[in-house]
Amino acid sequence: MSLWVDQYRPRTLDSLHYHQGLSDRLKSLAASGDFPHMLFYGPSGAGKKTRISCTLRQLFGPGVEKLKIDQRVFLSPSKRKLEINIVQSNYHLEITPSEAGNYDRVVIQELLKEIAQTQQVDLSAKQRFKVVVINEADSLSRDAQAALRRTMEKYMSNMRIILCANSTSRLIAPIKSRCLLMRVAAPSVDEMNTVMQFVAKRAGFDLPPDAADKIVEDSGGNLRKAILVLEALKMQSPDLTGPLSIAKPDWEVYCHKVADLIVSEQSPARVMEVRAKFYELLSHCIPPTIILKTVAERVVERVDEALKADIIHWAALYEVRMRNGNKKIYHLEAWVVKVMSLYKQFFYNIDMSEFD
Amino acid sequence: MASNFFATKSSSNKNSVKQTVEPALQPWVEKYRPKTIDDVSAQEHTVAVLQKTLTSTNLPHMLFYGPPGTGKTSTILALSRQLFGPDNFRNRVLELNASDERGISIVREKIKNFARQTPRAQTTASDGKVYPCPPYKIIILDEADSMTQDAQGALRRIMETYARITRFCLVCNYVTRIIEPLASRCSKFRFTPLDSESSSLRLSHIAQQENVPINKSVIDALISTSSGDLRRAITYLQSASRLSSSTTPPTPIQPLDIQEIAGVVPDGVIQNFARILGVEIDEGMDIDDSSQQKTGGFEPIRKQVKFLMREGYSAGQIITQLHDLVIFHPTLNGRKKSACALVFAEADKALCDGADEELWVLEVGLRVHKAVSS
Repeated sequence: MSLWVDQYRPRTLDSLHYHQGLSDRLKSLAASGDFPHMLFYGPSGAGKKTRISCTLRQLFGPGVEKLKIDQRVFLSPSKRKLEINIVQSNYHLEITPSEAGNYDRVVIQELLKEIAQTQQVDLSAKQRFKVVVINEADSLSRDAQAALRRTMEKYMSNMRIILCANSTSRLIAPIKSRCLLMRVAAPSVDEMNTVMQFVAKRAGFDLPPDAADKIVEDSGGNLRKAILVLEALKMQSPDLTGPLSIAKPDWEVYCHKVADLIVSEQSPARVMEVRAKFYELLSHCIPPTIILKTVAERVVERVDEALKADIIHWAALYEVRMRNGNKKIYHLEAWVVKVMSLYKQFFYNIDMSEFD
Repeated sequence: MASNFFATKSSSNKNSVKQTVEPALQPWVEKYRPKTIDDVSAQEHTVAVLQKTLTSTNLPHMLFYGPPGTGKTSTILALSRQLFGPDNFRNRVLELNASDERGISIVREKIKNFARQTPRAQTTASDGKVYPCPPYKIIILDEADSMTQDAQGALRRIMETYARITRFCLVCNYVTRIIEPLASRCSKFRFTPLDSESSSLRLSHIAQQENVPINKSVIDALISTSSGDLRRAITYLQSASRLSSSTTPPTPIQPLDIQEIAGVVPDGVIQNFARILGVEIDEGMDIDDSSQQKTGGFEPIRKQVKFLMREGYSAGQIITQLHDLVIFHPTLNGRKKSACALVFAEADKALCDGADEELWVLEVGLRVHKAVSS
């Protein structure tokens, strides 16, 4: 038995619930025989992957859903072995290049060339080309993106690429200009409500509207999260009535605790305390960016209007440094100390700008 | 007379392409690549110089540089095709680009081996034409700025040793990434971004060939979104025509479609965002419905940023467009504009480093707000 998210995932373009215009477009593109390279982008949980798999089905028929997992070994330039899992059907294959880390260029080059040089031999196949789906395309390294450039033009006759990314900012311009951009926006509140009601109906129970509203509000436009929460709640209280408490994930609660600590007292001792908490979070593999963002958001809610802009400014600054740097904890701490000193300055009205 | 000769040859070339790839599946960028260097849009100076080499059969090492989509690769491919003809093309020209492995080992082996070969005798062209077929080979290193320093260093001597029988053509976007010793061995050709006239001429030519009905406003939209990059403009045109022809009945292409394909954030959305940041937008009659929006303050800005992120617009695009709006704003003074420009520059750097998008759009919003309202 699978999760509701997978169980009730739309399989065809017709059964998608929202972005009707986009579905129509995809359908007509798939039918036209002149299928371009595509780039799907949008926030997580908006339905990018669902749309991709629906499009593939539209292109090739139900055969695409017969998946097998293949483990391939690539050799890096320094003769190190890279083992990459590739999900593939007869008509397409999916790769997540971030698995290869720094050597994603090698994987992209080898794999795409191999596909580009083989022709479809099955005469009954609907399309002459094979589709390569690249997940998390925005984490591709510059080199790998450069490697894609010419390949995308040269081997157009027997290969199409579908990229899936959260944002187009990190993709180089030549790639963007070779793809048809498909923006998948997060569903609106009404659209999410419709989907939730649909899921409830398929699962065979009635979803009270206030519960649905609450879940939608909590999910922040992430439909996958909403449906997962719905399933969890259904397990907790089968009738879904009365006061519902949507359990926040532990790390979020923990981050809020950190924020409260920062706001309530500013002293070296408190910094040490916060530091211990950060270590705890980091050791549980919570990405440092998410820690910083969650804590900053919570801190901002609880301080004076005049301080908010500054706190976000420093958060943004230290976030970049964290990306460039090696030790995440330094930058997290630096931000905490900065916020504390700002807070103190604000209250005691001391000008400490010469210490910057 | 000369043009006549080229015209007949280009048609024969087309035939040879058709056998390999079905033309319908070919991207128009490939399909309408110039067949002779006379076809290259704009770039009169470069074409004039290269035209001479065709007659004198003497060619220096070359370095083509310029922004993407200005015809660098097209020019060298067309030139070598004109020099060698279809039959000799394969054994006289080696094209390597960033999708090929191009580390130092390849330079040492593949490039060196190819450079070392004495060109084979000229075979008579199967299509009955006479090609100059000068006694050297051409190695095209496309996207040469992505070659490593070491690999470039290894090229130095090779270029000189085999200069008698091999010519190199380096193609790159940024001439500064080519090491000085290599650059000084080549004659440099700068490719300038295409002016709107030659782009619109080329675009309408393609549209005509493909039977796509487009009007002036669509061409203007294509040119303004692609900013001198002809390849981008052609790709957008093709995508737009795909979309319009796939619906029944075919709908004419609108400028708005082009914007959507190009991933541009609609003007209304950006203006709304700018208004919340406290930048005055003057647009006459729309004033009444915008007045409900509260301007300024932390909460409205954060809400708007959340909205933008949920809509899935890319941060880079938002910042670019906001930048254009602020910098060309009629009433803001210079000091405010420079403060804003500083913010945009920092944000761009941060995004290049892979920073969190939401955080940085929020940061840009807050700081622009502060700069404008101070």
